[in-house]
Amino acid sequence: MADLNKLTISEAKAGLRDKKFSSVELTRDCFTEIKKRDKDLNAFVCLTEEEAIKSAENFDKKMQANEKLSDLAGIPVGVKDIYNTKGIKTTCCSPILKYFVPPYDASVITRLKENGMVMVGKTNMDEFACGASTEYSCFGVTKNPYDLDRVAGGSSGGSAAALAADMCLYSLGTDTGGSIRQPASFCGVYGMKVTYGRVSRSGVTAMASSWDTIGPFAKCPDDVADILQVIAGSDGYDSTTPNVDVPNYADFLKGDVKGLRIGLPKEYFGDGIEDETAGVVREQVKLLEKAGAHVEEISLPMTKYAVAVYYITMPAELSANLERFDAIRYGKAPSNDPEELVDYYFKARGEGFGDEIKRRIMIGTYVLSAGYYDAYYKKAQRVRTLIIEDFNKAFEKVDVLIGPVSPFPSFKVGELADDPLAMYMADALTIPASSAGLPSLACPAGMSKNGLPIGLQVIAPQFEEGRCIQVAKVLEGLK
Amino acid sequence: MLNDDQVKHVAKLARIDLKDSEVKKFGKQLSDVLDYMDILKEVDTENVELTNQVTGLNNVMRKDEVDSSKASREELLDCSELPKDSKQIRVLPTIK
Repeated sequence: MADLNKLTISEAKAGLRDKKFSSVELTRDCFTEIKKRDKDLNAFVCLTEEEAIKSAENFDKKMQANEKLSDLAGIPVGVKDIYNTKGIKTTCCSPILKYFVPPYDASVITRLKENGMVMVGKTNMDEFACGASTEYSCFGVTKNPYDLDRVAGGSSGGSAAALAADMCLYSLGTDTGGSIRQPASFCGVYGMKVTYGRVSRSGVTAMASSWDTIGPFAKCPDDVADILQVIAGSDGYDSTTPNVDVPNYADFLKGDVKGLRIGLPKEYFGDGIEDETAGVVREQVKLLEKAGAHVEEISLPMTKYAVAVYYITMPAELSANLERFDAIRYGKAPSNDPEELVDYYFKARGEGFGDEIKRRIMIGTYVLSAGYYDAYYKKAQRVRTLIIEDFNKAFEKVDVLIGPVSPFPSFKVGELADDPLAMYMADALTIPASSAGLPSLACPAGMSKNGLPIGLQVIAPQFEEGRCIQVAKVLEGLK
Repeated sequence: MLNDDQVKHVAKLARIDLKDSEVKKFGKQLSDVLDYMDILKEVDTENVELTNQVTGLNNVMRKDEVDSSKASREELLDCSELPKDSKQIRVLPTIK
């Protein structure tokens, strides 16, 4: 069989089970694609071909021995370079961690290894997951597979582009304010931002701890269900993962949308949202309505304050989290020899962080400093409460919310890189759900006139990831 | 608008060495961002609680036990580029 890399997980696992092809063949096809296209896309920052082939061989042996194997076993995956991978460089695409090799795996990687993981490599990202275009990576920008002059989105741009270009069958990212959903929508794949705490963050470098989530990119809703089934659940190494039962996500693939109440937040279709994007999403909602869903317009009046809330609280938390990067316990030592410890810190951090990280650490430091703490940080935390109340009210009336993921499709490389505030606005529609810790699944919705993917997101109440998968699955069948 | 001294002060608090050109550039960019934050002044937040945590967890405790199953002391020390001495990392003097 040719082009095995183009299969979904569901198709690949059937093929592997029926012994139509081996995991080694599947993995080799992914590397063939990577070698063909990644010099243009720059989705990967590190390839682990030898280890991947070894894992695949291991799977094939077990398969020959008719051992019972997990759904994800033998399936090639790309992993964002912010997940600790034992013995394999984990750089967060930052100069300060350029040579860092972690001594242990992130909890999610441990789980995947127990489930027969075949990792093809580590994917590109904005430095420490701070950005919306993967342009703030010390390894250079990741290009969009649909248009090489445009960005793949960010911060998990490498994972989105690698999957969209069939260089792996699924990939992993992180979503703090939109870093899975936005690149998924820019690259025309599915991207799941889970409920805060649904998936363990242990061993994934922290960005903003009250916001960070871990999740997958996939080619179809069935695959999202398969991946979540393995990675979701509480973990003793992450105290923010509550003991909430993990449902059987595959059950949600059988559902319909008859009688399902869908809310369209009018703010997600209004000012600042491109007409074409809003139109494409509305068309998809009409399909769901025809399939029996009840659609009503609702209002989330606090939406317009979400960006400001996020860009105060996130840098505050980020600046605290990145204090540990002082090049003492880990990280690149400064180039010349400072005489005193404090100079060592200044030089290591001055050389080791890129512009966007410096900006965010300084904003965070500023809003937490004496005299500004109440006016900025506490104020933002109060408005965050009001954003959450908006969603609580909405979910009294509807079961899910649907809107565009991004106000616009992918933008050109360089277009926003020097205008931080404009770049922050790219997250305007993904931040609100993050504020409330809600799950949201980005799904391909259609194409723009100039051939760029447009995505919609299905937002559900906390721990109702299944509802997002259900709507996505129905929508997939209606196309 | 943040002036140069304010930018330098914040950078000092954050332990980040800035070049003069960076002070100018960041001053403008940080001011733009902070000006934008003023939008929150429109919102009445009197008697509104702060949100620190979104899923309702509070003081999650575990046993106070050392767990070396993920990495040994030696492996953790190996992550540092600095010289090691008596199973510790040797840093520069803090007092002259």
